[in-house]
Amino acid sequence: MSDSLETGLFIFMLASFLGYALITRVPGLLHTPLMSLTNALSAISIVGALILAGSGERTFATVLGAIAVFASTTNIVSGFLITDRMLKMFHRERPAGEAHGGSR
Amino acid sequence: MSGTLMPLAYLVAAACFVLSLRWLSHPTTARRGVKTGELGMLLAVAATLVHFEIVDYRSIAVAIVAGVALGVPLGLLVPMTAVPQRTALSHAFGALAATLVGVAEFYLHRPRISSTTMIALGLEVVLGSLTVTGSLIAAGKLQGIVRDRPWVFRGQNVVNLSVLGIALVFVGLLVLDPGTPLAFPLVIAASLLFGVLLVIRIGGADMPTVISLLNGFAGLSASMMGFVLDSNLLIVAGALDGSSGLVLSIVMCRAMNRSFANVLLGGFGVEQHAAGGVEQRPVHSVDPEETAFLLDAARSVVIVPGYGMAAAQAQHKVRELSDALRVRGVDVKFAIHPVAGRMPGHMNVLLAEANVPYDQLYDLDHINGEFPQTDVVLVVGANDVVNPAAETDPASPIYGMPILEVGAAAAIVVVKRSMRSGFAGVENELFFLAKTQMLFGDAKAVIGEVVDELSRLPVRTPVG
Repeated sequence: MSDSLETGLFIFMLASFLGYALITRVPGLLHTPLMSLTNALSAISIVGALILAGSGERTFATVLGAIAVFASTTNIVSGFLITDRMLKMFHRERPAGEAHGGSR
Repeated sequence: MSGTLMPLAYLVAAACFVLSLRWLSHPTTARRGVKTGELGMLLAVAATLVHFEIVDYRSIAVAIVAGVALGVPLGLLVPMTAVPQRTALSHAFGALAATLVGVAEFYLHRPRISSTTMIALGLEVVLGSLTVTGSLIAAGKLQGIVRDRPWVFRGQNVVNLSVLGIALVFVGLLVLDPGTPLAFPLVIAASLLFGVLLVIRIGGADMPTVISLLNGFAGLSASMMGFVLDSNLLIVAGALDGSSGLVLSIVMCRAMNRSFANVLLGGFGVEQHAAGGVEQRPVHSVDPEETAFLLDAARSVVIVPGYGMAAAQAQHKVRELSDALRVRGVDVKFAIHPVAGRMPGHMNVLLAEANVPYDQLYDLDHINGEFPQTDVVLVVGANDVVNPAAETDPASPIYGMPILEVGAAAAIVVVKRSMRSGFAGVENELFFLAKTQMLFGDAKAVIGEVVDELSRLPVRTPVG
């Protein structure tokens, strides 16, 4: 246990610094999509909720797990959808003749 | 088989999440980032579903179907003007999931919970619970269900910190003895209450900071859940989300020259609002026709949008105006202050929705040098972010806040509903300058009139 705790703390520390480095590179232009994307990503807590809901151990655990699966799924689906919807709207004035225009 | 495949799938998923954020750093690669994030999520969920501990899929299936049924409309149908409240709501959902898993874990394993696990579990439910209620209040304020003005009472800080203190003391007792009766429900109750108390005192203009902070709390809660469940993937994803929220709140605080403590503990501006001077000073008022003349005669125009543009849903009319001016050979730029609006990046998304190309949007550092060469600045529903008192008046509550220095331009037109002061409750000297003209009315309506007036004017032949 103490072994995995130490590993966990190391991973937490490194991921936090990595997150800091990555996020500071995101321009203010994209801060709203950034927030909805990280929100969808952190709904990865669905992993814990799935195991809980499917464990079949006790009824209350199944119920709480299922509500958590519901909440996480909502965040995953709506988070990715709305982020992509927002990003689709961002376009340059001139497509700059690049191979992938993507704008409408 | 699943013994080796699952950790591998989780590892790849974590890598996808990192790449997803990496690619979000530029608009041209950002959509690839979303796809990569989706791939990672799919992989992690699929790997978990074939996990051997899962024996019963019925409740999972129901929950996923219900989640998709709610998630699709929330993702596809919510208008861009409602994005701040949708975001706050999604923080509440994320935190709810983490809290419920924490509650179940506690009652499944109590009292045989090691002290380290109990610390992580305690933090998970404290951060999760306060984010649930805090975000719901924030969403309610943004949607207009809950009163937007800060709710302040005497001794508020003492009450708030005591409630948080109670939650943490009971977490401490649980760490010493996970069997302590009633301690766990009390931790949750106190944290839920603290979330409410934390956000009811926050006014609209401080929402960007608070939403970012709640984002960070939701992420940290998920990360703590990773410690409880021994899942490195959760630790990584939660830490990424947590640092994102914290970075954004730091950016927001810096843009207002305020500290976290000042945002969370200081009832901002309300007192000054009541004590504000009642002297009526003359302003120069202007009508849409005169504004059209002024803009038409300009060579360079900078538009400064604020929350008023979002509230009036005027972004499409603003875009029409910008188009009409460009056709007439006027150089149009948009100046975006980091805290304009109700969440980070709010103005950018609204203008992108109205089809304004993002290379016309300039942030604070890139536009401030241009104001001295600007003929006309058009301020649409912004107030505190253009208030010169931030630079000149040490007694002002917004002193030190970096502002858009629109006063350097040759002429300024301010579109505003009335002479009411901004969120900070301070008068704006900008409105009383000799070169400032006030265009009163609903932003959507008056800018529409300016566009109409402009279309009646003959197009100047460009001087070659």
